[in-house]
Amino acid sequence: MTTLHVNGRTYQVAVEDDTPLLWVLRDTLGLTGTKYGCGIAQCGACTVMIDGTATRSCQVPVDSVGSADIRTIDAIEEDPVGRKVVEAWVAAQVPQCGYCQSGQVMAATALLKQTPHPTDGDIADAMTNLCRCGTYNRIAAAVRQAAG
Amino acid sequence: MDRLLTAAPITLKDPLELQIEAQSAVPLMKPDGVSNLSRRAFLGFGASALVLGALLPSMPVRAATASAAAVKPGSRIPAFLVIGKDNAVTLLSPFVEGGQGINTGMAQIVGEELDVNPSRFTVECAPPGPDYAVINGLRMTGGSFSTRSSYPLMRRLGATARDMMIRAAATKLKVKPESLKTEDGFVIHAASGQRLVYGELAPVALALPPRDDVALRDPASFRYIRQPVARLDVRAKSTGKAVYAIDQKLEGMLYAAVQHAPNQGTTVQSVANEAAVSAMPGVHSVHKLPGAVAVAADSWWRARKAVETLSVSWSAPAASGLDSVAADFASDGMLAALKSSSAAGLPAESDGDAAAAFANAAKVIEAEYDAPYLVHGQLEPPSAMARFNADGTLELWAPNQMPELFQSVAAQTAGLAPDKVILHSPMLGGFFGRHFLYGSANPFLQAIQLAKATGRPVKVLWSREEEFRMDAVRPLSFTRFRAAIGKDGRPTAIQARTVGEGPLGRWFGAVFKDPVDSSAVEGVTEKPYAIPNRRMEYVKFPHPVTIAFWRSVGHSMNDFFYEGFLDEIADAGGQDPFALRMDLLKDKPRHRKLLETVAAMSGGWKRGPYQVDGTRRARGVSMASPFGSETATIAEVSVQGGETQVHNVWVAFDPGSIVNPAIVKSQVESAVALGLSATLFEELVYKDGVRQSHNFDDYPILSRRSMPAVHVEIVESGAPMGGVGEPGLPGVPPAVVNAVAALTGQRVRSLPLAKSKIGV
Repeated sequence: MTTLHVNGRTYQVAVEDDTPLLWVLRDTLGLTGTKYGCGIAQCGACTVMIDGTATRSCQVPVDSVGSADIRTIDAIEEDPVGRKVVEAWVAAQVPQCGYCQSGQVMAATALLKQTPHPTDGDIADAMTNLCRCGTYNRIAAAVRQAAG
Repeated sequence: MDRLLTAAPITLKDPLELQIEAQSAVPLMKPDGVSNLSRRAFLGFGASALVLGALLPSMPVRAATASAAAVKPGSRIPAFLVIGKDNAVTLLSPFVEGGQGINTGMAQIVGEELDVNPSRFTVECAPPGPDYAVINGLRMTGGSFSTRSSYPLMRRLGATARDMMIRAAATKLKVKPESLKTEDGFVIHAASGQRLVYGELAPVALALPPRDDVALRDPASFRYIRQPVARLDVRAKSTGKAVYAIDQKLEGMLYAAVQHAPNQGTTVQSVANEAAVSAMPGVHSVHKLPGAVAVAADSWWRARKAVETLSVSWSAPAASGLDSVAADFASDGMLAALKSSSAAGLPAESDGDAAAAFANAAKVIEAEYDAPYLVHGQLEPPSAMARFNADGTLELWAPNQMPELFQSVAAQTAGLAPDKVILHSPMLGGFFGRHFLYGSANPFLQAIQLAKATGRPVKVLWSREEEFRMDAVRPLSFTRFRAAIGKDGRPTAIQARTVGEGPLGRWFGAVFKDPVDSSAVEGVTEKPYAIPNRRMEYVKFPHPVTIAFWRSVGHSMNDFFYEGFLDEIADAGGQDPFALRMDLLKDKPRHRKLLETVAAMSGGWKRGPYQVDGTRRARGVSMASPFGSETATIAEVSVQGGETQVHNVWVAFDPGSIVNPAIVKSQVESAVALGLSATLFEELVYKDGVRQSHNFDDYPILSRRSMPAVHVEIVESGAPMGGVGEPGLPGVPPAVVNAVAALTGQRVRSLPLAKSKIGV
């Protein structure tokens, strides 16, 4: 049994130690807001926050997480910064197909928690998730708006 | 646990054969020709519509059931509208939402006439059924057809439903209908001050016989149409609550992962370690499928680990030849074959006397252009879920752009009547043409086979690597051009020879019999320029690989070919490329207006090179006429370290008229991004019979770092409504390549730019 702390709750899961956190979240815990895109940490659709840091959960073996605090998109509106990011995403009408946006919102939230007033360079460094619909400019605008 | 289950002996027909049979059997088309869209209006959509229109007369009349034959698509209001007691409106839409904003657009159109604020709509993709065949008897989400094909019909639907509300209220209040008005979901009797909510009236109202002569709203009084109404799905998509096919789950479901044959078309010969894999944690069963092995397990990760542990011997591909994906098949070999074809071409477009013009030319230029195979790369990997119900039905959740066709093929796969297949069409995590029916490139066939074999509901999910192996691809393409240039430096004749194959001929060939496949030549043909002598020819040369529709289809490469060559014509004649286009469009005010608009947006046409912030930059211009719309595009580039950086893209876009300006702009931005991705980076290479890309690490797509500023201006010329989702793309590759040529003198005729060393 592995113990996980996700969105303020504690879960016991019976999975192989090397199971990626992504699949524990999605299939074991039913938290499907976190998406599978590539499985090799290229696209960022699976981004969650682990102790406040944006992390691509497809490459995180579940036994490496320990007692860390995992936050997923499913509880984003419980977080004050997350709420601001979501409101900015809605105001800028960012999503198109929307599939990458869970990860984008998590990356933006992690950025603004660490750097409340990011420069364009900070945004470029932090917002590296892929979007096949090409919503990059709106993403950047929404991050700036959320930063206030 | 019943391990070592193997799927029943495979008696499946080839998926392509199934598809062709299905086309003859399903109500793809309406047999009686009844439609709210006149054929003339349909033809007015342009070349792509002509193609679909061409399907109509050749469709075999199917032995339709009485009820199906009696249904006039779009006429039965309760098939489209559910209005709850809480006055919430659910619209069952003929179309599937995959990012293009069609759910919001449909809510605007219906809401405008129904008199309900679109923000209160829930829009779902309707189940299969004759009511939804609204594209002149056809149902699909593609070809940038949704809004333009259904706009009049959906308005009428909303207006008719509103009239039913009024009549139901009149009966209830015992007043004349003329004394009633509506206001955002209420029927109001002004004289008595009574307000009746639609939700209370709906059970009676929607059962009334609809009138077919209800007046539509005066466009001057539109409140929702033509407004930048907020998308209905952005909050759900910003909070992880939007549900895609991959997110769905059924009670008692098994998860399945698949390993496909490395060489397309080969089959499983033996599995060396089936027993060992069957004993892996959570594994339910191991299966041999056509061209694949599968593992069903209690979680997808366990299924994936197990299936990738299987040691499979596959049959050998053919050693050589282009009838199948042979052991020596390669992209460069395919391109060489297209180039060296000596087959006689069929005329795709001809006018004047090209031969005479060439004989009298002051100068003749020639060039060869090509573009590679591309994957769709939609971020949601494909999945499908199947369950055989106790009542004998098959329930299927499958990403798709044509529900009735998928239902029919699913029924044949399962050995059921089509009406025994309940198909759900989930929201798509991107599509770009990915979710048409492409035979073995669709996972739902495997889901059905595995659900049958295991007796359990099954969800099949392809890993990204399996998707890279199986996705149907934008065809590699080739065109050779020749132009005759007169003494005055203007072109007098143009010839083109396009060799290859388009997806329309491949997948709809059973009903589309024109030997000139428009999806192979569009963008080389039907250009607006006044070049008096033209001979464009087409040679069909089938690809052994599975080819696909890909955002903007033939235009995605052909406008690059033509508009790149047009800049070469300008250079050869000593003309400025913008001025030459204006000159060749003297009698085309719609096109001139777009060129003028895009020039003004970018601060006036200047080709460059010029200096900005210490870097040399230059611009390129292009035009395209895709899917009934018109575009003019200017791109600004610089080159550093051999790498092209695009700083700005300006697009003047004329789709005739629009429904939602904000969504139109988003779609153009998105099309620019995908077009730029293809221009700069994308290329699926075959070598030794197998694909050389496996994931986004060895198939780079556009990232934020390469995203330019995109400036979009909508021009509503009032021409018949054109498409929106695709037309922003085709102008981008030529505008960028023309800018690179202006900057460096280097003319790139083969995409992507990443494979050429660009130097100033």
